[in-house]
Amino acid sequence: MKKANTLSAQRRNKTILSIVLAVICVIYVLPVLTVVINSFKLNTYVKTDTFALPTGEMYAGFDNFIKGMTFGNYPFWKSVTYSVVITLLSTALILIGTSMAAWYIARVDSLVCRGIYYLCVFSMVVPFQMVMYTLSKTADTLKLNTPWTIPVVYLGFGAGLAVFMFVGFVKSIPLEIEEAASIDGCGPVRTYFSVVLPMLKPTMISVGILEIMWIWNDYLLPYLVLDINKYRTIPIHIQYLKGSYGTVDLGATMALILLSIIPVIIFYLTCQKHIIKGVAAGAVKG
Amino acid sequence: MKKKKKISNGATLRRPMRRWAPLFMGPVVVAFCIGFVWPFIQGIYLSFCKFKLISDAKFIGFGNYARALADKSFQHSFWYTALFAVVSLILINLLAFAVAYALTQGIRGSNLFRTVFFMPNLIGGIVLGYIWSMIFDGVLSRYGTSILMETKYGFWGLIILMCWQQIGYMMIIYIAGLQAVPGDMLESARIDGANSWQTLFRVTIPNVMPSITICMFLSLTNGFKLFDQNLALTGGQPFLIQPDGSSVKTTEMLALNIYNTFYGQNTSSQGFAQAKAVIFFVLVAGLGLAQLAYTRKREVQQ
Repeated sequence: MKKANTLSAQRRNKTILSIVLAVICVIYVLPVLTVVINSFKLNTYVKTDTFALPTGEMYAGFDNFIKGMTFGNYPFWKSVTYSVVITLLSTALILIGTSMAAWYIARVDSLVCRGIYYLCVFSMVVPFQMVMYTLSKTADTLKLNTPWTIPVVYLGFGAGLAVFMFVGFVKSIPLEIEEAASIDGCGPVRTYFSVVLPMLKPTMISVGILEIMWIWNDYLLPYLVLDINKYRTIPIHIQYLKGSYGTVDLGATMALILLSIIPVIIFYLTCQKHIIKGVAAGAVKG
Repeated sequence: MKKKKKISNGATLRRPMRRWAPLFMGPVVVAFCIGFVWPFIQGIYLSFCKFKLISDAKFIGFGNYARALADKSFQHSFWYTALFAVVSLILINLLAFAVAYALTQGIRGSNLFRTVFFMPNLIGGIVLGYIWSMIFDGVLSRYGTSILMETKYGFWGLIILMCWQQIGYMMIIYIAGLQAVPGDMLESARIDGANSWQTLFRVTIPNVMPSITICMFLSLTNGFKLFDQNLALTGGQPFLIQPDGSSVKTTEMLALNIYNTFYGQNTSSQGFAQAKAVIFFVLVAGLGLAQLAYTRKREVQQ
């Protein structure tokens, strides 16, 4: 009898816990919902009636979205394109470049390799502000200030974590598989592409997700390196709108913010499992 | 025989690989030099110089450092950042642990809750700052004020923002830690008659100590390095005019202070700003190395 009581008490406790968490969840989503309702609201009401639904005279329809597209004398689709180009190119370059280097470092293991490896680990604790001024000048001199060349800067500054994670993984895979390939007549290049690369896939996904999340949301590095009048990524564009003096159309800004969050949320919901795994791996190692 | 085996271990791979070193190592080494090594060395050197353009840098010794350490706005931003980092560390970790603990009790809807709590992590700092500045202004405008009017609003606003963003992240690490606690340990505690609080404090928490350490260091360094959110939420406002005419940006954190010194109105303060950046680097790297040393020590003990 007593046992049955504690069991039902346990069940009751769990239900209460579920309800409490559900309430917190709703509160958690509220900021995003506020963005949604304000993106359909006329500018003048965003500040005064932030939490009201856009009904009656407050409703702006899709005007904010249309207005937001050409806001700040810069078409929004251009910043979306630049953001996509920079994120994809840089991530691809980082994945290929650092995994090759990491394989070499882990297998050759010479003094120079170790030196480079420790430099990479060291670079992980260096904050961006330390190198931002000199890095932006160097990138300018070398003409790395376009969306097509900035991936080199990302490869350089972001190599640390990626090399660290790849080396850790390569050391855990047995040498015999690669040796067998080389005895069968595979050169290093072919061994890498047809034997090592497929084995690296799980770490590739983790590193790729970490890099995508970093580069897509990065503001300061592209802001300092790129030529801002020509190339603006999404964060730069949004900061430019809010930071510029004069009247800011909050409704249109919220519409743009909504447009920039939607792809991120879709990406998150489709690759949720990998994202959470990748983040946990990066955190525990970094 | 044994010796021969040792030589062959990896050597069949190594020799041909060395020939391909330029292909494997080249791109990363070149990019790493451009993106990190050279700017870092140049940065250290320039912190001892006075210059407007890098080409006319003149060595002046520790002058920049003396000026940086005596700078009122830098001192203010240091204490402000330290306070922020500690408060956010405590709040984020307590809440994240509580949520993670609740989510590992086998309740209904755990996966959905986890998905929702982690979501803010994917939104960039600039965008987050603007979302929250709209929300805070929506609330505060009813009382005829705004987040830019008072330092305490800016401080707690940023704390709320960071909690919203980071709890989900730390929660993931705590969940991984909690799931690794051996089930038989929990069961034997229950059989021995421990109540749930005793089990939590005597069995669960000691077992997730590694996760707790990682999360504490992560939130501490995140707090120290914070830039985007700070820039977008308040940008340092409100400003306090000092008796000597200079102004202190009261909600400006270290990273933003360095940025403003570099790219502010005074174009001759680059060396000074670089000295601040080096001090900042030593602080952040110190925290990182302390973490590394601490986790290493734990690994040895285990």
